[in-house]
Amino acid sequence: MNTLMLKKEQWLKISFVAITVWFIWFSNSHFDEYTIRILNNIAIFIILAVSYNLINGVTGQFSLEPNGFVAIGAYVAALLLTSPEAKQYQYAIVDPYPFVLTLHANFVVALLLGGAFAATLAACLSFPVFRVRGDYLAIVTLGFGFIIKILAINVPEVTNGSLGINDIPEFSNLYWTGGIAMIAVIVVLNIINSKFGRAMKAVRDDEDAATAMGVNTFKAKTLAFCTSAFFEGVGGGLLAALLTSISPDLFDFFFTFQLLIIIVLGGLGSTTGAIIGTVLVMGGSEWMRFLDEPMNLLGYETTAMPGMRMVVFSLGLILIMLFAREGVMGKRELTDLLKWRRKGGK
Amino acid sequence: MFMQQMVNGFSLGSMYALIAIGYTMVYGVLRLINFAHGDIMMVGGFLGYFGIAVLGLPFGAAVILAIVGSALLGMASDRIAYRPLRSAPKISLLITAIGVSFFLENAFNVFFGGVPRAFPVPAYLEEVVDFMGLTMPVSAIIVPIITAFLLAIILWVLFKTKYGMAIRALAFDVGTVNLMGIDANRIITLVFGIGSALAAVGGIFWAVNYPSVEPMMGVLVGLKAFAAAVVGGIGSVGGAVLGGLIIGFTEVVVIAFFPELGGYKDAFAFIFLILILLFKPTGILGIDFEKSRF
Repeated sequence: MNTLMLKKEQWLKISFVAITVWFIWFSNSHFDEYTIRILNNIAIFIILAVSYNLINGVTGQFSLEPNGFVAIGAYVAALLLTSPEAKQYQYAIVDPYPFVLTLHANFVVALLLGGAFAATLAACLSFPVFRVRGDYLAIVTLGFGFIIKILAINVPEVTNGSLGINDIPEFSNLYWTGGIAMIAVIVVLNIINSKFGRAMKAVRDDEDAATAMGVNTFKAKTLAFCTSAFFEGVGGGLLAALLTSISPDLFDFFFTFQLLIIIVLGGLGSTTGAIIGTVLVMGGSEWMRFLDEPMNLLGYETTAMPGMRMVVFSLGLILIMLFAREGVMGKRELTDLLKWRRKGGK
Repeated sequence: MFMQQMVNGFSLGSMYALIAIGYTMVYGVLRLINFAHGDIMMVGGFLGYFGIAVLGLPFGAAVILAIVGSALLGMASDRIAYRPLRSAPKISLLITAIGVSFFLENAFNVFFGGVPRAFPVPAYLEEVVDFMGLTMPVSAIIVPIITAFLLAIILWVLFKTKYGMAIRALAFDVGTVNLMGIDANRIITLVFGIGSALAAVGGIFWAVNYPSVEPMMGVLVGLKAFAAAVVGGIGSVGGAVLGGLIIGFTEVVVIAFFPELGGYKDAFAFIFLILILLFKPTGILGIDFEKSRF
């Protein structure tokens, strides 16, 4: 029985990888540019949502950091990828520090450095916050997002202020975004299924009990926080190389809010749910573009209302929390559903 | 010059304090960081604006409208969004609070536009007077006085009335309070009402000081006021006032003497928050949250 289950899990993993690789290859050769762009976005948001879910859903520590860490990853990658000549003429506000111009690295190094940078900052933040109680994490990370934006605007010697960095080479394609999304999902799932993952879930379910059972809750929380920061940094780098230009305004709180609604809709604590949520929210937000435009309601012409989508999003978040707190998947994974079906069949 | 800045700092700090009291009281009874609190302050500012500019009310009446409207909104947010989640995991409550906050910001943004609107400040508040050798607008003197007055009322309610006793009891143990025949939900709604009313006063002061209102004005102020509550010692009304004054003073004084740091002024509260969490997580007043309240 046990060996059979193991084989089944392995078989699932292999088929997951195979289907993903096939889907990336298929969409790259068959879909038009617009669809591929949306798929790229979805892949990047899967990286972000799955890692955000690790701290919010699996460990149960409410944090609002993604926009900050994504911004860090994006800026690090942008500074490393953009060629010195391209950087030379962009800095219109003040002259950049000399080291900024000499920075240069290839794509993989840039992504990894962005992630490492974000993870290091996460470790610095987690020390004051998790030493006390998880409560403050939300407000500290919310403030952190603001600080990153303030820094991005106020240190034009590095970030080119509110003009942002342009002409970033477009390295991201579906192979990179989809491939890294796959790696992120596998790494996060492996963490969740390891002893660290069990410690994280114990912290979520009852922190006092977990402490009493000898779980090092500080370590579990810090590990979850740093891992999500790392992948958010990598995702930020991919985003920068996809958009080819970044500015501080890109990383405002709406970014985090989108991810929050993704993981809540998918089901807090479920990696499968995070992926489903990403597809639903990203697809839905393309579809809901009509809300921001003028509408014809029962013969009454309304004016364009930019921002209407966000009102709908926030109402949606409140309603999900009130009436469907489990989201689509609850805490279950795809594998749990398959197991349940087998039992039911017998 | 120095005294002038002190008065400014006192005035700014009082505004943070008024908002921080709401955070600290709600955190005290529910252990909830009410993210929507800063936005309720924004609504207070807007209601004051509508009262004067649209309905043509005198300033005093507009202030009362703002206080009553915000208190009702605060109580409604508790009734609709937070009460159904009392027994849910705490993370659900926090997510809902973020949802309420984002909803208020964006609803005001869509329906009233994101462009700041000039707040019609009554002339007698803008009048510049000589006060002990300092020249300053009347509002800079009135703000701390009204704050002190409201603080006295709050402390009186908390420590001398039955409702205050119920609020303090609630901070210890909701279940036991219910057993004593007190409707805990009603008291929690009352706490939201008091906090939101104070936030509305803060919002009006803010609107008078920077004479404008806009939908996002509550975001940063709310964040700083929460930091103030933690710095002073969360769960303590006195601590909230102390924290608010400290952060207000720091902002004003640092910018007055180091103008080149002006771009970073919004970061000070956050740095304070990190430092206090590192060195004295219970806050300056040192309240042990498991032993005493308010």
